[in-house]
Amino acid sequence: MAWVNAIIQGILTGGLYALFACGLSLMFGVMKVVNLAHGDLAILGGYIALGVIAITHVPVLWSFLIVVPIMAVLGYVMQRTMIQEALDRSILTTLLVTFGLSVVIENGLLQFVNADSHSLGVGNSIITQSFSLGSQIQIAYLLVLIFAVAVAVLLGLQYFLSASRYGRMIRAVADDREAAQLSGIDYRHVFGIAAAIAFGTVALAGIAYGMYSQFAPTTGTDTILLFAFAAVVIGGLGSLWGTLLGGIVLGVAQQIGAQINISYEVLAGYIVLLAVLVFRPQGLTARKAES
Amino acid sequence: MNSPRQENGTPLLEVSELTVHHGQLRALDHVSLRVFAGEVYAIIGANGAGKSTLLRTIAGLHQPTDGAIRYDGKDMTKVRPERRATAGIAMVPEGRRLFGSLTVEENLQIGATYARKGPWTIERVYELFGWMRERRAQRTAQLSGGEQQSVAIGRALVANPRVLMLDELSLGLAPVVVQRIYAMLPQILATGLTVLLVEQDVSQALRVASHLQCLLEGHTTLEGRPSEVTPAQVEAAYFGLAPEQDEEGSEP
Repeated sequence: MAWVNAIIQGILTGGLYALFACGLSLMFGVMKVVNLAHGDLAILGGYIALGVIAITHVPVLWSFLIVVPIMAVLGYVMQRTMIQEALDRSILTTLLVTFGLSVVIENGLLQFVNADSHSLGVGNSIITQSFSLGSQIQIAYLLVLIFAVAVAVLLGLQYFLSASRYGRMIRAVADDREAAQLSGIDYRHVFGIAAAIAFGTVALAGIAYGMYSQFAPTTGTDTILLFAFAAVVIGGLGSLWGTLLGGIVLGVAQQIGAQINISYEVLAGYIVLLAVLVFRPQGLTARKAES
Repeated sequence: MNSPRQENGTPLLEVSELTVHHGQLRALDHVSLRVFAGEVYAIIGANGAGKSTLLRTIAGLHQPTDGAIRYDGKDMTKVRPERRATAGIAMVPEGRRLFGSLTVEENLQIGATYARKGPWTIERVYELFGWMRERRAQRTAQLSGGEQQSVAIGRALVANPRVLMLDELSLGLAPVVVQRIYAMLPQILATGLTVLLVEQDVSQALRVASHLQCLLEGHTTLEGRPSEVTPAQVEAAYFGLAPEQDEEGSEP
């Protein structure tokens, strides 16, 4: 029964990891930018939520309504300025620039907030409680909610990409930005929109993480970026549903590792990542090669 | 330019003294051309003559080191490629460059995203290429080369351009397919388009063109109406056999 519990907890945690990973995957898929600041942006989203809650007294659960738009605008602006400048030089420059951004966010938070851990307490509500399945399985409503949000975000993203005008433009630009220009599309604007979506989803992930656990300025690179990378790589680069699968595989591996020995939790996840890199480097849901 | 064609007013597209470098290599060396509304202007030349570079520079994908591009009386030399496209300069690029993960219809929808007002719609493209409607939900990677070329033409047409640039339509296609595609040209021209095309296949270009210009290693070696030039002149200009025809503007 304990193993079943580990698997269920792992699957649900996978939703959170997918929420972290989908923005990373989107930015890589569309503009080939590996955003090393992704984890720090999640944490930044968490801190912005703390600030927004302190100022406006909105309920924690609804803070995303303010934080996600703020981060989306930030994403658009950063893409149109810093990241685009780097892209115009070379793909490698984007690694340096996003790494720099990561360091600046982390140290900025250490400077202006502090190194203490924070969390986004939901207070006493149904969300903080859990329900039982049988005698040994306790499932937190919060984890179920986060998993549901992750699935909803992925469904929404998929619908947006496949059915909307801007989604179609994003896919076209990802395929061939020069050909898109010949159709009158300003690919830099489309990149900005993709970045806005990526920043928005990572802000949502940051808030979810803050409700689920504690975060400090260093959590972004220590934990979130690595987990997001692992989820993307396990699932398969550029695949949205792959990030959910990757997140779930990572979550289950961690929970099973923890079941064997609590200190194996993080290690087990990376062993699975390594195994995927060795035996199936294209990821579990590799897309067919395009001619 | 002293060819006796009907130069009514200002040209729709005017390229003057265009010089383009690819790194150290000078791909175009002071090339000029004037395209008037309604013309089919063909640029011929061997591989590496600078034909594609010329079209890509007009589209804005390369920045010239010298010279100017004027379209519809406006200077376009520094305008971004997407703005040129929405102003009415469309290009069917070499190698077709379709969006491989998009369907046929989505490729056309992308072409129509910022379309000008005009006669061309996705519906009309389906009428022009009869097979396309049935296969509109297929990915373009599943199409044959000729079909892909048709989609690429359709994608340019739905933007309702005034100048349609066609870069090496015949490349990689069987001669019979090339002829079928060129056979569509009169129907396309009937909607009032001006065509600037680049072709390695000289006989094909001579058949459709109302004006001809030959490039050799980035220079203009011959210019005139197809009826005014002799096959010997074309051959000489194409291969660079006659040194005294090195200057632009040709004396018959």
